Amino acid sequence: MHIEIDEISKQFGTTAALHPVSLALPSGALVALLGPSGSGKTTLLRILGGLEFPTSGRVLFDGQDATGVTVQERRAGFVFQSYALFRHMTVFDNIAYGLNARPRATRPQKAEIARRVTKLLDLIQLPDIGARYPSQLSGGQRQRVALARALAIEPRMLLLDEPFGALDAKVRRELRQGLRDIHDTTGLTTVFVTHDQEEAMELADLVVVMSMGRIEQIGKPQDIRARPATPFVRDFITA
Amino acid sequence: MSDVSLAGPPARFRPATGESAGARWAMIVIAFTGLAILVFAPLVAVFVVALADGVAASLQSLASRDARDAIRLTLTIAAISVPLNAAFGIAAAWLITKFDFRGKAFLITLIDLPFSVSPVVAGLCIVLMFGANSAIGGWLVANGFPIVFAMPGIILATMFVTFPFVARELIPVMIEQGRAEEEAALTLGASGWRVFRTVTLPNIRWALLYGVLLCNARAMGEFGAVAVVSGKIRGQTATMPTTIEMLYQEYLSVAAFSLAAVLALLALVTLLLKTALEIRHADQLAATHRH
Repeated sequence: MHIEIDEISKQFGTTAALHPVSLALPSGALVALLGPSGSGKTTLLRILGGLEFPTSGRVLFDGQDATGVTVQERRAGFVFQSYALFRHMTVFDNIAYGLNARPRATRPQKAEIARRVTKLLDLIQLPDIGARYPSQLSGGQRQRVALARALAIEPRMLLLDEPFGALDAKVRRELRQGLRDIHDTTGLTTVFVTHDQEEAMELADLVVVMSMGRIEQIGKPQDIRARPATPFVRDFITA
Repeated sequence: MSDVSLAGPPARFRPATGESAGARWAMIVIAFTGLAILVFAPLVAVFVVALADGVAASLQSLASRDARDAIRLTLTIAAISVPLNAAFGIAAAWLITKFDFRGKAFLITLIDLPFSVSPVVAGLCIVLMFGANSAIGGWLVANGFPIVFAMPGIILATMFVTFPFVARELIPVMIEQGRAEEEAALTLGASGWRVFRTVTLPNIRWALLYGVLLCNARAMGEFGAVAVVSGKIRGQTATMPTTIEMLYQEYLSVAAFSLAAVLALLALVTLLLKTALEIRHADQLAATHRH
């Protein structure tokens, strides 16, 4: 799905988290929002997911104004920073949650839900953990379950907030490839937030560098590396 | 460094956070002595005096009309006020932990107010507001719905005194859990009510249970506020605690202490229930990191 951000701004009280920013994300792209903490990247992601509403500006999905669309109707697969798995449910129930939450008319049969959950567990390469609780999983496994849970609702886009933040270097590398593979299989427009320039450069098709609530530069990793648009970008990507 | 001779390890190692054996024993003894004098001895005394004239006399006093009416009234009051306070407590905790708004600090202070105000004062406030001499009270009495010296007043007084228990238990738990799981459920398409039912409530159920049990214990035992608003009319508005006091004033110590023993037993049953639930759901408690 093609996502367009049109002059979006966000105020929290008297502080501006986002100055008006505009951005077009082509359908099927894997996009990194890159910046230090406080740069507004998570706020922008949450606005895309419908968890925050912008103070001004519009969000367009495939050319249609989606600014006022509720979080439930957006069908954005969201992976949270600490994964936010439902701790009192098994992995199976976590992944099935979105399907069970559908209104009766569109809710799949029990057997169909089970089939889809099994398929997703296969996709994340953890076929045998359905009966476990989140507290019994490693960090990397939790991240993959969170991804499967987000994919279960057949989302129109995938939004990930620091998806590799809480993991050690080796697992991080494996999961980066995992995300790349899932993105390529599903073809979903995917946006992830990161403060790690190496991660952004290595994984994304398109990198959006942000600072202090403004977009500093948008471009392909190699272009940003070759021609940093501002002193901030140059400093940040060589850091 | 080879010429540095390594001294042998000290005779005994003690963990950095540990205390010497003497200090440990002193603290254990102090704790147990305190418990024995302040909690255990009075509890035993209640049962000893209750059974002073034998089990038959004790049971006979409990079978009296006044005693039975008092027990029924107290259980009714608890059955009404505890669920209402659980609902209010959940609503208040939800509001305070999940939303930011003006006057939040004020609301938290307000919730704690019943802990700092003497129950007698609370009872007097209810009498002032709803008594027959007040505008509201006069109108209510004229329309056949008296509050003071009647059941509604006792429920109001009990609810005022026990209001903080559920909210106080829930607020820290809900702050610790944050909003992430609820937000995740929303992005998965769940409605607000469904999120509450399937995510929020299961996550707070243990804190809620503790809050409800504490609230229940206090609701059954409340004396001061209820004594003021109820008028202590035997067979009508006399609850267990007020009846115990009246019996005691009349030197009917077996009857007074028998009823007191029943009240104490009700509290013990609640505690046992809590422990039993904890043992039964130990695996779940471990899985959710909550105790």
